[in-house]
Parts: sequence; structure tokens; C-alpha cells
Amino acid sequence: MAKRIEVSGLHAYYGGVHAIADISMTIEPRSVTAFIGPSGCGKSTFLRTLNRMHEVIPGARVEGKVMLDDEDLYGPGVDPVAVRRVVGMVFQRPNPFPTMSIYDNVAAGLKLNGVRRKSRLDDIVEESLKGANLWNEVKDRLNKPGAGLSGGQQQRLCIARAIAVQPQVLLMDEPCSALDPISTLAVEDLIAKLKSQYTIVIVTHNMQQAARVSDRTAFFNIAGIGKPGKLVEIGDTSKIFTKPEQKATEEYITGRFG
Amino acid sequence: MTTLTKPTDDLPPAARGSLGSVSAARKLKDRLVQILVYIAFALAVVPLVSVLWTVLTNGLGRLDATFLQFSMNGVGGRDEGGGAYHAILGTLEQVAITSVIAVPIAVLTAVYLVEYGGNGRLARAVSFFVDVMTGIPSIVAGLFVLALWLLTFGFTYSGFAGSLALTILMIPTVVRATEEMLKLVPNDLREASYALGVPRWRTVCFVVLPTALTGIITGVMLAVARVMGETAPLLLTIFFTKAINANPFEGPQAALPTFIWEQAGDPNQASIDRAWTGALVLILLIMLFNLGARLVARFFRPVSR
Repeated sequence: MAKRIEVSGLHAYYGGVHAIADISMTIEPRSVTAFIGPSGCGKSTFLRTLNRMHEVIPGARVEGKVMLDDEDLYGPGVDPVAVRRVVGMVFQRPNPFPTMSIYDNVAAGLKLNGVRRKSRLDDIVEESLKGANLWNEVKDRLNKPGAGLSGGQQQRLCIARAIAVQPQVLLMDEPCSALDPISTLAVEDLIAKLKSQYTIVIVTHNMQQAARVSDRTAFFNIAGIGKPGKLVEIGDTSKIFTKPEQKATEEYITGRFG
Repeated sequence: MTTLTKPTDDLPPAARGSLGSVSAARKLKDRLVQILVYIAFALAVVPLVSVLWTVLTNGLGRLDATFLQFSMNGVGGRDEGGGAYHAILGTLEQVAITSVIAVPIAVLTAVYLVEYGGNGRLARAVSFFVDVMTGIPSIVAGLFVLALWLLTFGFTYSGFAGSLALTILMIPTVVRATEEMLKLVPNDLREASYALGVPRWRTVCFVVLPTALTGIITGVMLAVARVMGETAPLLLTIFFTKAINANPFEGPQAALPTFIWEQAGDPNQASIDRAWTGALVLILLIMLFNLGARLVARFFRPVSR
């Protein structure tokens, strides 16, 4: 499990709008990489190109290369659906399926991909909920609706749902921005625990969070309105937060803009 | 309600002296508007109550076992007795066939429009024609089936021909209702499903449609209730019969609307009474369907807490 991602010369567009330009970086396996930067700089867009969710939006397209170990995600004949099974995603707002129970929410990815054996599903659901630090809170009400949980629990349910399909990489798009500090802490603990098994990429607006959870940090910026977002620099989190190479990074981190 | 005292900050400085007392003019205006709203409501309800009352008083007299169990076979206009069994049977069969044909076509059309069509040329064309279909007068639907199915293809009058005409009327309403419900499904859910590596068609079948199911069922039931009362297209397609014809594919069939039309056209009091009772039964059937729709909708409602 856990694969290295190598991005080279990646551009993404929404219709005629050039959203991100010429991004190259390496994302290490079994570590947490955080993306920071001002709103609209393309962090989320870039994240969504890593599991081909970008192209779900009508008119959106991508150029460039994303290598997952030795496979190009954008190579000819690659099935985006298969990519998303390997690269899972957790969204900003908790989005459990409202018609499904807690159990069915976690089992959804497997069931919808044809796993039917009850005993196997039971095992994976328990394992995933334990993996998401949610098992003890919900084990007695697995048949209750997932939408009845608190926001933080819902988000951990979504993480359980994402890891139930056993991906190699886990992308998180501001997973804590809709949560209170205690739930945030629970999710951060979870991220620290999951990084031993997965390659984790997290977009966050909270710089303390990036400093707390990540091993490496990438800073994105935008030159101006209507210009594409760019990667300014990427490096070890300790270095980015203490002595970044670029002036823009330093200004952003010290709160002088953004 | 609106007679609550306002915080003094909102009042002009001159009014601050009398803490919280609402001026007489405002009280008067409040009353006036209240009365207007009640009058508007009463006006809107008058026709409904009046229709229900008239149908009930005129129709209850003949709402007996005979009416529900016997046809009009061998019963003349002047004769007492006789019933609408043949018409009730016909209406239920025709509406059932209509739903079986129209609902899948309409739901699939709506799924195409919302989930696949995007803003493409085909989607816009389909959407346009659905709008056009919504505006078709019901008798034109009947004429179309008469011209195509009966005159061109040479089939005879039958309940099925009536169902075809009703299908034309039902499809656009169900398409529109389903479309609105599908649009209400948050995009987050679709993305959550895609991100699990679930293909689009499975996402539609197992995430989008179940989430919208309640609304779709309500929409379908309302459309059913609507076509149940259609008369004009049936006059041209199922013709008339006084006998029970349980086979919707062969020969003229009765239906409640045409039964009412036929009986009301007869000058004898016995027939007119039967027409009123027919109307009452039709209203009851539609109410039953609406009630059923609500129950089903409640059963499938996405659970929150």
C-alpha cells in the first residue's frame, strides 16, 4: 500500500479558464503532504487532478503527467473510475449518503463495486470504522442513518468510507474546515495514524494544522485575478515554516497577505 | 404575532418616550392586512369546498354496493340501479397501463436530462419538446392516437388506445417532476460516490435515484391523479360500453370520466344521480392515490435523525 505520486508539467482548465499552470512535484508515500495558499490559488483543483475528479465538472480538462509509481493516471486507456478506486478522497463538507445507514455508508464503495459477501463486508466495515476512530462511538447503532451523526463523526464516517475501498492514496480537501476544534483534533489524530499506511495529501487553510499534521508542505499562489495558480515552493514542513526560500511563502506564512 | 413591541432603537427619537406602545395606525394596518389575507384564503377555498359539497350531497345517495358491483349492461337511462363497476375497472386498468409505459420513459428522460445531457444540443432539444408536450391540449393527444393507432394502423377502440393517449399527457409532467427532484440531489453526493470509484450509472442507480425517490413518487402519483380525470382523449380512443370489458386490449372499454359524461348527458334523474356518484367515486379514487403517495413518500424519506 501507499504509492509515490510524481507530477510533471500539469495544467488544468475550466473551459477557457486556465486554473493551474505547470505544476511539478513529488509526493512521498507514507507521509502527509499539506497544500496551503490563498483562496482561488488552485490547491483544490490540483488535488482533484490527482484522482481525476477534476474532469467530472463539465468543460474541465487536464494536461500533463501524474505518475502513480510507474503508471500514468492520464495515460491512454486509463479508466478514471479505476483511478478513483486507488486514490480516495475526503471532501470539505461531510457528505454521507442520506438514504443509507452507517453500515451501508461504509460498505457503499464495496457494495457498489460488486462485493456482496456479508462476512467480508462486516469485517471491512468494522476495520474501516476502527481505522477512522469511530467504531466505539457507533458500533451499537450501525443500522441508524449516517446523517444522524454529529458533523465530526460524519467526517470520520466519510474517511471510513474512503478507506474501506482500500486505496493507495488519500486526498483530503479541507477536511476540518466545517468542524469544531475537538472534532478537528479527532480527525488530525486520525491523519497521523493513517499516514503509516497511506500517502496522504491534505488541503488546508489552517496553517497551524498544516504545521501540526504534515511532513511536507507545498505553497501555492496566484499572480493576480484571472491568472493561473502556481506552485511556489514545496519542502519539509519545518523548513517551509521556519526559513522558506521564496519571499511570497514567508509573507503568507507570517500573515502579511492572504 | 405582529403586535409584538419593537425595540425602541428602531423607532424615531420622538416615539421613544412611550416605550413599546404600538401606534394606533400600525395596529389598524396590521388588522387590515390580516383580514385581507383571510379573505383571500377563503376565496381560494370556496370553489373547492363548493365542488366537494355538491358532489357529496348529490353523489352519496347512489354510493351503494350495487353501484360498485354492477355495470350498466341492460340498464336503461330511466331505470334505477345499475353501476359503474365496468368504468372503475376500465379506469384502473387504463391508468395502470399508462403508468407502466409512461413512468419508465419519463424517469429515464429526466435522468438523461439531469445526469448525462448537460447543456448539449440533444438535451436542449429534448427539454424543448417536453415543454411542448406539456402544452398539448388533452383532446389533441386523443386525436393523435385516433389518427395514428386507430385510423392508420387499423386497431379497434380499446382501453390500451386510451392508455396511449394518456401516456402522451403523463410523460411531460413526470419528466418535469423527476427533473426537479434530481436537481435537488446535492452534487456532493455524486462526487462522494465517484470518489469511491463507483461508475456513473451505478451512482445514478444507487445514490442519486434513491435520494430523490420520495419526490419522484410524489410526482408520479400526482400525474396519475391528473390523468385519471382526463375525459377528452378517452372519448376518442376507448369509445363507450355499458358492459364489463376486463380486457384492455380488445374492444371498447368504459372509464369513470366517460361514464360520468355519458350519464350526465341523459335527461333522466336516475342517470344524473349515477353521474354524480361516478364523480364522487373518481374523487375518492384520486384522494386514495394521493394518500397512498404520501404514505409511500414517508416510508422512503431519507432519514435524518
